[in-house]
Amino acid sequence: MSTTQWGAALTVPVTEDRDHVQGPADAAVTLVEYGDYECPYCGAAYPIVKEVQSRMGDRLRFVFRNFPITTSHPHAEQAAETAECAAAQGRFWEMHDLLYENQARLRDPDLHGYAESLGLDVDRFDRELAGHIHAARVREDFMSGARSGVNGTPTFYINGVRHDDSYDLETMLAALERAVAAVTA
Amino acid sequence: MTNATLDQRATPLPPGSEAPEFALLSTPDQRLSLAEFRGQPVILAFYPEDWSPVCSDQLALYQELLPEFQTFGAVLLGISVDGVWCHLAFANDRNLHFPLLADFEPKGEVARAYQVYRANDGTTERALYVIDAEGIVRWGYVSPVGVNPGADGILRALEDLGKKGAA
Repeated sequence: MSTTQWGAALTVPVTEDRDHVQGPADAAVTLVEYGDYECPYCGAAYPIVKEVQSRMGDRLRFVFRNFPITTSHPHAEQAAETAECAAAQGRFWEMHDLLYENQARLRDPDLHGYAESLGLDVDRFDRELAGHIHAARVREDFMSGARSGVNGTPTFYINGVRHDDSYDLETMLAALERAVAAVTA
Repeated sequence: MTNATLDQRATPLPPGSEAPEFALLSTPDQRLSLAEFRGQPVILAFYPEDWSPVCSDQLALYQELLPEFQTFGAVLLGISVDGVWCHLAFANDRNLHFPLLADFEPKGEVARAYQVYRANDGTTERALYVIDAEGIVRWGYVSPVGVNPGADGILRALEDLGKKGAA
């Protein structure tokens, strides 16, 4: 996670229609994460993001986009599609959280079990997952990340600019507060 | 990463240079030359060493992007000073399905020709080149050795080739 010679910025802006969003549309700061459900660093970032959200409240909008690196993480693609299958039934964030809270259990029977535990229409879920209905969406996310300079996961963008610093809680909060100050100044 | 380290980074061959020819082993019995890819863009990814964490992440990302590179008709070649058996073990372990070339003997000769050999370390810079279908360097970039440069620069360079082709 670090700087390249050119400035890395989000090439596909956040849209409320398409993106998975938590927080108000008019929040002062938008934090975008490109993440992989099987990546241990993303797993480490997961509770940090939760804490950041709780501390920033309505001043923060959080967006998650898929960036599965299947070469290293064989279950990452299927997990990403699982979250999208849940999104199709309006339950993206619950599934997102379940996946990050169970990173070591991402095989197909596990994923099916998460769909059941969320009370999804499981027949539809199974059909969409098996048919890779949401693979194109996951790839769209991946390519928007690749073009925005995502070089590993997680990669964060704060108001469209890549966060090239550490994502520990203190550093992340400080960067977000700077962004708030910049827009409210 | 100190500034002094950054300042020691090599300067890549400038755009418009003729890309130095090479013929390097990609498997114990197969040699790949730049000339055989004439007619299609070539992405050269010099990386310091097989197995190192940053190299592994960088090459895994490029593996994910192979279909995208192919839409530009481009071929991706990784190059390091590691030997061919080391490359094979690394590629198998990390599921990499593009050629890794062994700039092994004379050591770093191709890296030197591309101005990206690190004599003090005996390895190469983490450097990227995009070479056009006529064998001309169109884009070169040397990353700080510990920094994964991602793929956005490569994708932009490939798109720029397309624009030139269309003009």
